[in-house]
Amino acid sequence: MKLSLTVNGEQRVIDDVDAGESLLTVLRDSLGLTGTKNACEQGECGSCSVYLDDGLVCSCLVLAGQAEGAEVVTVEGLAARGELDPVQEAFAQAGAIQCGFCTPGLVMAVHDLLQRVPDPSDGQIREELAGNLCRCTGYQKVISAVRLAAGRTNGHHGY
Amino acid sequence: MHFLQPTTWDEALEARAGLPDALPVAGGTDVLVDLNFRRRHAPALIDLGRVPGLGEVSAENGWLRIGAAATYDRLMTALRRDFPALAVAARTVGSPQIRHRGTIGGNLGTASPAGDAHPPLLAAGAEVEVASRAGTRRIAIADFFTGPKRTAMAPGELISAVHVPRASGPQQFAKVGTRNAMVIAVCSVALALHPDRRRVGTGIGSAGPVPLAAVEAERFLEGVLDEGGLWEAPRPLGDAVRGRFADLVASAARPVDDVRGTAAYRVHALRVLAGRVLDWAWADYLEAGAGREVGAG
Repeated sequence: MKLSLTVNGEQRVIDDVDAGESLLTVLRDSLGLTGTKNACEQGECGSCSVYLDDGLVCSCLVLAGQAEGAEVVTVEGLAARGELDPVQEAFAQAGAIQCGFCTPGLVMAVHDLLQRVPDPSDGQIREELAGNLCRCTGYQKVISAVRLAAGRTNGHHGY
Repeated sequence: MHFLQPTTWDEALEARAGLPDALPVAGGTDVLVDLNFRRRHAPALIDLGRVPGLGEVSAENGWLRIGAAATYDRLMTALRRDFPALAVAARTVGSPQIRHRGTIGGNLGTASPAGDAHPPLLAAGAEVEVASRAGTRRIAIADFFTGPKRTAMAPGELISAVHVPRASGPQQFAKVGTRNAMVIAVCSVALALHPDRRRVGTGIGSAGPVPLAAVEAERFLEGVLDEGGLWEAPRPLGDAVRGRFADLVASAARPVDDVRGTAAYRVHALRVLAGRVLDWAWADYLEAGAGREVGAG
């Protein structure tokens, strides 16, 4: 089937989408947006987190057809003007990156968290990021990055 | 595989009737896992995400109507006063990403014995509204689950809503998992005190082939509260009552050993959780003090 949606501010049309295909495979395999990672395919790890009409979702758990007509923002869309989003800057500054695989999903999750809770407590940070796994176990620096980014975010998507 | 996207409820029922083996999808947080791992093959998918109003929560005549497509993040905020046990349970589901998509209708349709919404629905005395082209009927929550991942729904039916009396007293929910968030329950307990009708409701999750009510524990606590006049003049319950209630909740379970825990651990944990939810609920009841609406004895 044919799918039409907005990705990072750009209208995209994709032919030949399978009914059972996820939004994640469309983003990665059809559109080449490989910043969104594929790991667990069951909503446990959060590495495929994207905005779907302003709500954070695991794109592996959304049927491509459910995104028809929707606005999707991926990690590539956060720095679309060539300038890093404050959340991305904070991750770099805090060194909240080891192998880097979980980083795009965590950046999206932190971006979403700070839009909803601009100044989260440590407890809130831990609870809100529970759906993003870092198997290098670099959580302490991720939490430092959230603290750094809190107050710096402009609350808008980058594109 | 076909993909159907009805834009009205009638269209959805029509699609369901025409394709009895089709798989309904709302938030997709259960269905997509099966599709991604090729555990499930359906001739068609029916996306319910475009049916207007399917996620609405409304109140009427002392009851709530929770639309099947109401997401967990909506339940967390919308039910805080009128159905607090489900609001608390919703917060323990998955992550923000999952709570943003997963729905109460999906939790019922999947009918996992570990579904987090189920114990609160049992404790509150909910009714599941299901519909087909032939009409709409309500199924008492205690009759809805017929086995692991099996329900009393007939072919051609879709879950349209859940009906539940608005809370007239304290409600609590507690769950054991391997970490503090993002876990499937090892076991869980919900407790609701209903002073308006002098009843106690319970629900046990993940400790039997279906979610269970601890009926003997409910009758025991109702007896204690009635005989002591405690609905009208609440006093601390004491260790004997607490211990007996916890034992009766634990003995209502029918757990098995599985990857998440042993049957013996579940019975132990249920006893602990039952004592806690009773402590919390009764503390709430004591604190609320006079002026509450208590039903006739």
